[in-house]
Amino acid sequence: MRKLFGALAIAGAATAASLGGAALAQQPLRIGFVYVGPIGDAGWTFAHDIGRKAMEAKLKGKVQTTYVESVPEGADAERVVRDLASKGHQIVFTTSFGYMDQTLKAAKSFPKNLFYHATGFKSSSNVFIYNSRMYEPAYLAGIIAGHMSKSGKLGFVASFPIPEVLRNINTYTMAARSVNPKITTKVVWVSSWYDPAKERQAAETLIGQGADVLLQNTDSSSVLQTAQDKGVYAFGWDSDMTAYAPKAHLGSAIEVWGPYYIKVAEAHLAGKPFKENIWWGMKEGMNDFVNVNKIVPEAAQKQVAAKKAEIVAGKFHPFTGPIKGNDGSIKVPAGKTLSDKEIDSINWYVEGVEGKVPGK
Amino acid sequence: MDRYDPLIASGIAAAIPLVYAALGELVAERAGVLNLGVEGMMLVGALAAFATVAVGGGLTLALGAAMLAGVAAALAFAVLTLTLQANQVAAGLALTILGTGVSAFLGRGYVGFRAPATFEDLPIPGLSGLPVIGPLFSLNLLGYAAIAMLALTSWFLFRTRAGLALRAVGESPAVAHALGLRVTRIRYAAVLFGGAMAGVAGCYYAVAQFKMWQEGLTAGNGWIALALVVFAAWRPWRTALGALLFGGVTGFGLYLQAAGVHVSPFLLGSLPYLATIAALVAVSASPQLLRRHAPASLGRPFFAGD
Amino acid sequence: MIRLARRAAPSRAMLWSSPLIAVALTFALGAAVFAAMGQPPLAALHALFVSPLTDMNGVAELLLKASPLCLIALGLAVGFRSNIWNIGAEGQMYIGAVFATGLAIHFQARWGGWMLPAMILAGIAGGLAWAAIVAALRAHLHASEILVSLMLTYVAALSVKYLVFGPWQDPAANNFPFTVSFEDNALFSPLMNYVAALEGTRLNTSLLLTLAAIPLTWVFMKLSFTGFQLRVAGDAPAAARYAGHSEKRAIWIALLISGAAAGLAGVTEVAGPIGQLNDRWTPGYGFTAIIVAALGRLHPVGIAVAALLMALLYIGGETAQVALQLPRAISYVFQGLLLMALLACEVLVHFRVQWTATTRSSQAA
Repeated sequence: MRKLFGALAIAGAATAASLGGAALAQQPLRIGFVYVGPIGDAGWTFAHDIGRKAMEAKLKGKVQTTYVESVPEGADAERVVRDLASKGHQIVFTTSFGYMDQTLKAAKSFPKNLFYHATGFKSSSNVFIYNSRMYEPAYLAGIIAGHMSKSGKLGFVASFPIPEVLRNINTYTMAARSVNPKITTKVVWVSSWYDPAKERQAAETLIGQGADVLLQNTDSSSVLQTAQDKGVYAFGWDSDMTAYAPKAHLGSAIEVWGPYYIKVAEAHLAGKPFKENIWWGMKEGMNDFVNVNKIVPEAAQKQVAAKKAEIVAGKFHPFTGPIKGNDGSIKVPAGKTLSDKEIDSINWYVEGVEGKVPGK
Repeated sequence: MDRYDPLIASGIAAAIPLVYAALGELVAERAGVLNLGVEGMMLVGALAAFATVAVGGGLTLALGAAMLAGVAAALAFAVLTLTLQANQVAAGLALTILGTGVSAFLGRGYVGFRAPATFEDLPIPGLSGLPVIGPLFSLNLLGYAAIAMLALTSWFLFRTRAGLALRAVGESPAVAHALGLRVTRIRYAAVLFGGAMAGVAGCYYAVAQFKMWQEGLTAGNGWIALALVVFAAWRPWRTALGALLFGGVTGFGLYLQAAGVHVSPFLLGSLPYLATIAALVAVSASPQLLRRHAPASLGRPFFAGD
Repeated sequence: MIRLARRAAPSRAMLWSSPLIAVALTFALGAAVFAAMGQPPLAALHALFVSPLTDMNGVAELLLKASPLCLIALGLAVGFRSNIWNIGAEGQMYIGAVFATGLAIHFQARWGGWMLPAMILAGIAGGLAWAAIVAALRAHLHASEILVSLMLTYVAALSVKYLVFGPWQDPAANNFPFTVSFEDNALFSPLMNYVAALEGTRLNTSLLLTLAAIPLTWVFMKLSFTGFQLRVAGDAPAAARYAGHSEKRAIWIALLISGAAAGLAGVTEVAGPIGQLNDRWTPGYGFTAIIVAALGRLHPVGIAVAALLMALLYIGGETAQVALQLPRAISYVFQGLLLMALLACEVLVHFRVQWTATTRSSQAA
């Protein structure tokens, strides 16, 4: 038995050594990705992987990427980040806010590597943040919802009451009310990022209470498919979901991580490593709103296109006052625009959203 | 009344796959075999069904493929536990892991699009318009078949010799063996039936309810089905009750949220689980009202050579 | 024709070699799968099983992961021995962590060196309390512990979410769901402070708790009267009742012990590598520990070994992703295959495999 294991070990080591040797000859930049879900989730991680592939395609031969799927956001994450860093990955992207503290801890042991953490708020000398402004395409979705809703009631299938989700609920509602001031939004929390059964039931519940245009912050296409089954409308989220429910799909609010990943890699290859915290939106191409359904009336489509242009040009910010909270108070006075820090810790609903933020 | 119909309808829709999986497991457990691999069997069944329609197969073929996949998974479990006398708990958990992994691995090419063929609702004219029970008459084919399966399973277990033999095996395999019953063979049949039913449940998820494939599509419902078997005290019609209770309370919690009731969604989310516990306690505390005891040999291996 | 014949006594030789046969079988099967996938089989196997162990950091991570698994499994084994199926260890782990966190975030500034011991006791109390619900419902109201413990796990998870999104949320956390970080006095100290060889690793003093639990469990089950009673209750319930052993007592003890162990494991996680309570911490140890207990054949030493194996399978899956970009799903497949092989080869311990040539010659014999 021992001889067999010994032979196996030697053979394994030899194979590994030869693999390593091949890499040494060309020295491409090795980049690691830590994913919170499987790339087959057709949602959050899927979008990141598209970005990774875009980077590989653009910088063919100059970068070599590795990804680790479904890494739980507990103690394991730190180990994975360390593992990637110690195995020659000079850049590591950790793609979920639940990796924040672990990335920071691991980064301390690898001062020469660079770490980029998505959607968090803590950074250090070698950990930088990147975030996307999904609330911008959520706003565009709201415009369409304002035009398409016959009942004047919108629905939102939400995961957890974190600022990111609250932002999206708010801009969706504000945009819809800019078209039809009587519109209200009902929110249902499913306490999960991915639970097709619960998402479906949540969608059915909202539809049963009169909502006829739905938006979601969860990862499956369940909400969209339910909308189609019940003859109402919904939007795709994180990735283009047209294929799932062509009749109900009004547009998809998507993340486009490619340009950011390319920028970081190119900067590193050029010898000027990217050392900034960024929060990009439609202007920088990090978000988009795609595949608007032809049944959306011309006027609405034009309005969306115009607003999109304004956002891209930096002329419009959804959180510009006057904005009233749904408790009646003025949350943002006229003329003021909320700062990034303020949006990042938002904990209230705008006027028009029914109910209270859970836990507050 | 109109406001509650969607609630009832969605509760029923959520209950149907749970009923299939629970029925299958119930029969296996009635024969004395505890198969914790339900989640794994459901997933391979779901993938098999989705892959079949994705490559152009029809719904019947998809259903058949799902059942076959479930049976294949159950077969691995059966060989391990019934022939090789392995620990049933561990083997079932191993099956869940294997089923999850195999379905995730093989299913990678089937993500990102809607099922090309799906089971559509077939409302029965007249009856489907009735208040409250109307949704029971606008199910899809699998939904109606579930009701039929409930009746069939109940009839089989309690009104046929074969069912009696199966229950005898579950109560005391040694005595059954002494009476000439082929214990291992009966257990094999029961476990494979459980696999087929879990496969149908998976098919329902992939091709009737969610109409897509994604890793981990069943999101833990296999465990709920297992719990439902216990809740039902191993009597078929009660699995439907439990499934409706569970699906209904989940829907009710979501309904309260949408209606603006200001209770923490986490608390509301706990309701289905607390309700199931409460119902179980009520059921178990009065043994005269409902005979509830697990099949005596549940989880214990049986070796004919002993 | 292959026939099985039960051995008079379990084969000692097979007890040791059947796991090795299973591993070899899985390696062979796995190599075939990898080859079919176009991956170099030896490199893949090496990444899965050997590379996690090649340096001190790897070994430390293995122990770090195996420790809570082992702890929970030891507690579960006590219950499983007496046929009490506690499926809710995960929930008991959460509540143990919750109790410990409650103390930490309110008193860590003031309790100094007493903080950690208090948290350990609190964690045990939390796990005990959660399991007590299951025990009460089973012992006095005949409600199945399988169902109740499983349902309570979901409730426990939602309770954690409620706390970290609400009253226990760190005010400086930008409304993200986690508590304040624990101070040093509320954390298990890293072992590298005491053992130079462990420099740079995350292993902490909670390992000592697990190491102590192994012989303690053995002593309890083998030498104590309560342990004896529990074993009888499991092996021969009628005899147990005849001897006057209280079934209710057995239920309570079995569940309380497994709950306490799970609660303690919860503390070792939040006061260990995580350093806070958050809604993302759902390691699934409570469920994996069930497999560990079964694989370890409910014996403390077996459980320790099984815990190491499961941890290795888990970590190896990550290493294989990094080294060879093997899809994560394949590591699940591998885990499932190995577990099934291990279970299958166990037959060799209790049974002899006989080859009967043809029916005629066996009739003649």
